[in-house]
Amino acid sequence: MLRSLKFCLLFYLFLVTPAQLGALDIPKKPTGYVTDEAGLLSEHARFQLEHDLGNYERLTTNQIVIAIFRSLDGASLEDFSIRLADTWKIGQKGKGNGIILLIFQDDRKVRIEVGYGLESRLPDIVAHQIIDQVIAPSFRAGRFDDGILGGVAMIVKAIMSDASSDEMKNTAELEQEAAKHQNVLFMKWGAALLLLIVIFDFVRYSAYLGSHWQHSDRYHFIEWWIRFALLLFLLNLIFRILFYSRLSSSGGYYGSRSGYGGFNGGGFSGGGGGGFGGGGASGGW
Amino acid sequence: MGKKVLIVVGILIGLILLVGMWVSGIYNGLVKADEGVSESWAQVQNVYQRRMDLIPNLVETVKGYAAHEQETLEGVVEARSKISSLQVSSDVVSNPQTMKQFQELQGSLTSALSRLLVVVEKYPDLKANQNFLALQTQLEGTENRITVERMRFNFASREFNTKIRMFPSSLIAGVMGLKAKTYFEAEAGAAAAPKVKF
Repeated sequence: MLRSLKFCLLFYLFLVTPAQLGALDIPKKPTGYVTDEAGLLSEHARFQLEHDLGNYERLTTNQIVIAIFRSLDGASLEDFSIRLADTWKIGQKGKGNGIILLIFQDDRKVRIEVGYGLESRLPDIVAHQIIDQVIAPSFRAGRFDDGILGGVAMIVKAIMSDASSDEMKNTAELEQEAAKHQNVLFMKWGAALLLLIVIFDFVRYSAYLGSHWQHSDRYHFIEWWIRFALLLFLLNLIFRILFYSRLSSSGGYYGSRSGYGGFNGGGFSGGGGGGFGGGGASGGW
Repeated sequence: MGKKVLIVVGILIGLILLVGMWVSGIYNGLVKADEGVSESWAQVQNVYQRRMDLIPNLVETVKGYAAHEQETLEGVVEARSKISSLQVSSDVVSNPQTMKQFQELQGSLTSALSRLLVVVEKYPDLKANQNFLALQTQLEGTENRITVERMRFNFASREFNTKIRMFPSSLIAGVMGLKAKTYFEAEAGAAAAPKVKF
């Protein structure tokens, strides 16, 4: 009984696998702008791409990622591409401003998958031209770094129409202003809070002094100790204020908070929920 | 005595409120799923319309180079005009017959277009024409979008149909008079590439 069940299960497994062969598993969400499973890119090119694409996202909120795999294993490129896009969700939610550059080494296939929001700025024909005239010729010559770097540069250039470059500048300025505003706000609140603590402590201290004044002999040591602690506390406060004001004016303290943007290629925060509708173009080399 | 009655009434009111919340939750879920289907249907129509819009330009361009291919060109034009004469109302998604007709007509346009693209192989000048290349790329992109939106429509439909069949939402769906949505079936011969005969 058990054996026949096992057999059935085995049979079922074998029955199911061939039908699903066409559906290549989608890799997990990427950890960086570049996912290179085929080892096509040099370390230098990869580093540069991470850096450039991180800065680009910070300035424009557009997310461009590169995904390089070995083989499609007989799956359809377009089908794989849209499923990858649906899983990775590159681009911002509601904006649909993500682009995925897919490369399959063994199949010699390339696809640029364009998010809903960028379809008008990077029409299929432009994506096709980028593959045909920039990426494919370099790949044919074995220069993968050049092809990918050049392709990304052309994608960025295509998206940056006159209107969008204005928008980009504005966003960058706005972001800077917002950061400045935030710093000032933080300083003000911080100072107010510290002042409050000082006043509170002072009131407590004087109340203590008032209640124990008559036993000055007995509480002499405690009083001295409290005064000493208060002095230390004030020194600490002054030092802290100086420290934070120095840090926030040089931008170092806030600059390192790159979790949401990926400043200086520091952090890819994952897809933002961008939608894709099958826009873009495919090609080969 | 009076207190007991009050307690019972209170419990009853509480129960009615709970059931009301539960029912409205299910109702909202059904409405949302229904909206999802409508939305993805709108996208399907969008991408099909996009293809329709490409055709006059494509036909004109091909005519300039391959005037001999009257038959193939006419096939495309005819398939297109049949689609535009088909009245597609908004309830097509729950009407299997209209849906089937819609799908058949779109399918015949697909095959007419692929025949045209096969014929074009005989005309190197046309294939080198920039305008034609652009149109061809756009057509490819549109076909891909059609595939994607059809798939999404099927997902939305399946979700909705599962909801209206499962207990207890099936009860509320029955009261609301909701009908099952249709699916896109794989086009006959869509999987097989058009045969090239010499």
